[in-house]
Parts: sequence; structure tokens; C-alpha cells
Amino acid sequence: MLKVERVYKSFDGFLAVSGAELTVEQGQLVAVIGPNGAGKTTLFNLITGMLKPDRGRVVFKGEDISKLPPHDICRRGIARSFQIANIFPRLTVFKNVQVAVLSQQGRSRGLFRPASGMAIDETNAILETVGLMEKADYLAGSISHGDHRILEIAIALGNQPRMLILDEPTAGMSPDETAATMALIKRLAETQGLTILFCEHDMDVVFNTAQSIMVMHYGKTIIQAKPEEVRGNKDVQEAYLGGEEDA
Amino acid sequence: MRKSTFKAPSMWLCLSLLLLFLFLPAVLQRFYTYILAVIFVTSLLAMSLNMVVGHGGLFQFHHGVFYGVGAYAFALMITKAGFPMWLAFIASPLVAAATGFLIGWFCVRLTSLYFGMLQISLGSLIWALAFRWYSLTNGDDGIHGIPVPDVISSTTSSYYFIFLFFVLGILVMYVIHMSPFGTTMQAIRDNPARCSAIGINVRRHQLLAIVIAAFFAGVAGVLFVVLERSVFPDLLFWVLSLEIFIMCLLGGWFTFLGPVVGAAITVSLRTFVGVYTEYWTFILGILLILLIFFLPEGVMGFFTRKFRKGRGQEAASARGLHAES
Repeated sequence: MLKVERVYKSFDGFLAVSGAELTVEQGQLVAVIGPNGAGKTTLFNLITGMLKPDRGRVVFKGEDISKLPPHDICRRGIARSFQIANIFPRLTVFKNVQVAVLSQQGRSRGLFRPASGMAIDETNAILETVGLMEKADYLAGSISHGDHRILEIAIALGNQPRMLILDEPTAGMSPDETAATMALIKRLAETQGLTILFCEHDMDVVFNTAQSIMVMHYGKTIIQAKPEEVRGNKDVQEAYLGGEEDA
Repeated sequence: MRKSTFKAPSMWLCLSLLLLFLFLPAVLQRFYTYILAVIFVTSLLAMSLNMVVGHGGLFQFHHGVFYGVGAYAFALMITKAGFPMWLAFIASPLVAAATGFLIGWFCVRLTSLYFGMLQISLGSLIWALAFRWYSLTNGDDGIHGIPVPDVISSTTSSYYFIFLFFVLGILVMYVIHMSPFGTTMQAIRDNPARCSAIGINVRRHQLLAIVIAAFFAGVAGVLFVVLERSVFPDLLFWVLSLEIFIMCLLGGWFTFLGPVVGAAITVSLRTFVGVYTEYWTFILGILLILLIFFLPEGVMGFFTRKFRKGRGQEAASARGLHAES
């Protein structure tokens, strides 16, 4: 479904991503891991069009999307969440998701009919799925950090994506919240048949959830394989597991 | 719970205000009727600016240009081209909107301050045109004694004419504010990067918002001519743009009717303090400083917040939830 072919990206001479490769099959739950600064977020930004690769291609459903702007990539069915909560703080939780649904339905330029009657069921269904229904009328800026992270995912779901890209969905969450979020992600993959690509710091989380793991180090792909294989791989142990303890 | 856009109390408030303003000219001296009309024109202008500033997050630093273009287009169509008044009335806001498209087309390629600076530069070009092109615009003398039909030539009748279009303008702006486009613009204000990630073409939306705002500024410009029968380059000068920016800040960016309050305060100050001293802006300055310290969300923002707090707690307790601080 998604294929990243040897992409490179440098910032002022610093090679953030150098020849990363990634394959995601339809319906798969794929994780990208790697130490801090390995280029995970940059890779995600390259896939979603926030950044343009210097070299290499990003192919989604057989089409090269590496030169498209973010909104066009989103229209093709890739939605993402961000590592730092990236929401609409002055809108209610409900509207945060509704804006995405309206955009997906191609109605965001409607001028003369009230939005208050539009996309209600779709939005409510998403809020129900992620468990934010009770907070629907709160201003998004006023809810807790854990809820911000969930709202992140809810906004991405508003686009009714084929593929969901989550950048450290559990960053800054308590262990309980982390477990709940990972359960949600698994559930989304299973019940809605979503293809999900995520990156994560917490190793336990990754090995318990993902069907395929890609390991990045210094912007390169070391390996992409099943969890068992990755665990046994020498290079990975050296580069990641043994080389640097996570604080 | 989410569906009601008009709340009953505010509905009654609006209706009684409407009646009040319909009857006021009957009891007011002509001068005060005139001042009210000035407030309506200025309010409409400030509201149009707030569409893109408070509800769109754009650095629309030179909004006055569209007001001036609307006014000049109207004046020139009547005095030079001999258009009938009603045709000019419809065409002038469209000219302002087209100007908005032209300037906006360049500006949306930039962000934040750069957007604002480019807009000031491009707007100043238009000001320079009006200021220097004597054969067409009479330069800094402006055009005076623009004829308008008899039906709207007296202060009272022009008051009603202006009030009608002020109310209509606000209604249409409200509809747009509540539309998917309005909601999307608020989302763009809050977070443009995220908007492009959910499939929204941010630039195109911003451009459309500028065109709409310019249109309403053009309407205000036309109403200005109806009231004053003259145009002059100051209408296009950046000082005016700053003034309406301040009105939005005074009234409250994030409220719908805030700019009306801001415009009323500013016009009143200019009129009633301006009688005593030329330094009325000094009072405005002090007011602004106090405002920034004590009511950072503007006058209207302050009251809305107070009001909403009361309501929010009620609603939360009704649902058995604790309101979060």
C-alpha cells in the first residue's frame, strides 16, 4: 500500500534521513522505532508531504506522492497525528473533529448553510469510538494532556483515512493511558480495517502491538521485519537496545 | 444541545436593539443620528476585518484599502462614468472584492508578519494611485459633493439606508461565520499546519476569506459615500487600517459582535472627546493600555466569557460533570 524508496532529507548539511526504506501492506499495523533523533518524525513528515524529500520516492497505491502538498496527500487517504498535540485550541472538541469530517466530505467551502447541522453523525461516531463523547462541548484547549493525544487521533480519523500515521501516539501519557491508547489503536486496526503506521519509544508497547517493525538509526533503515526477527537481530541490538538506554 | 445557534435571550436582545435603532432618529438630534450612522458604517468595516483577523488568524494589516477602493469605485462610477446609483452600489463592493483577490493572491503565499508587510506595501500602491492621479481622483483634494438620489439624501433617510445594509451585512456575515467555511477558517486561525494535514487547502481558503472580507469592506465604503458624499485618499491610508485593527482588539477578536463595540467606543471617543482636545487618541491609547492589562480578550470577549462561565457550569452540573478550570 505504501512504499518508501530510499528517501533522503538533509537540513543545512545534517542528514536527518538518509536512504530510509519502508513497506506497509494493506491492513497491517507497522511500527517505526529508533533512538531519539533517528529521523522517525522526519520520515513521517516526508510521507505526509510536510517535507519534500531531496531524493527517493514515496509511493502510495502505486502513485508517487512525494511532490504533493499535504492536503492533496490527505485527500488520497493518508491521515496523521502529531507528536506534539496539534489541535484547534479555541474550538470545541466536537468542532475539532467536525472540521476534519467536513474537509473529507468536501464541504469546507460551503458558505451559506450552518455547519451546526452537518457531519453530526460521523463526528459523534468518531468521538464515541475514541471515548471523548463526554467532553464534546469542551474547548479543546482546556482538556487534559492525555485527552489532547486522543483528540489528535480523533481528528485524523475525521478524514476517514485508508491509512493512519501516528507520531508517538502515547508520548507523555501515564502507563494506564498508554495501555488504553494502544488498545484503541489495535481496535481501530481490527474493527475498521485501518492500515496503521506509528512510531513509538516504549519498546514493550511496540513488540506487543506491531505486526511489522522498522528500525531506524541515524536516518537509515537497519531492518524491517516481524517482531521476533527484529528482537534477534544483532545490528538492532547494537544500535538500539544495547547501545543506548532509554531514560 | 449543539444545534441551537440562536439562543432565546440574545434573540430578544437583538430584536429590542433593532426596534430601538429604528425609533432613535425620531427623538435624536440630527447630529446624533449622523454619529450613529458613522458608527454603523465603521462597525461594518471593523466586522469585515475581524472575519479574517479574529476568525481567520490573518495579519490583515491594510484592510482600509478595500474600504477606500469601494468608496472610490462608487464615487468614480457616479461622477466620472455616470453609472446609475444602484448599479454603482452593486458594482463597487465587487471592485473591492476583486482588489481583495488581487492583493490576497500575492499575500497568501506568505505567512504572519510577512503577509502583513506585503499587504501594507501593495495597499500603499493603491493609496499612491488615489493620491497622485489628479486627473482621475483629484489627488489629495478628493471628490466632493457626490450626488445621491433624493430618497437617501437627508440625514435620517441615509441613516435608515445605512442601518438596513448594516443589519443585512451582519446577518450574512453571521451566516458565513456559522457555515462550514467559517468553522474551517477558525480552525485555520488556530492551527494552519494541522489544517493542511486534514486535507484543507489553506491558501485557497484564506484567499476566499480575504475576498469576502474585502467585499464587505467595499459595502462599508459605499455606505460611507452615501453618508458623507465625498471621498479622499485618507480612506486608503494605513492609519485607518490600524484604527480598525484597534477596534477589533478593543471589542474582542474572538467574539462575533466585538468589533461593533470597538467601533462604537472609538467613534464616540473621536466625536465627544475630540470636541475638547485634539489629543483624543491619547485617551484611546490609555484605554488600550488598560484593556491589554485588564481585559485582554476585549470588552465583548470579557462579557462573553463571564456569561459563558455561568452557563458552562450549569450545563456541566446538569450532566453530572465537573467543569474543568
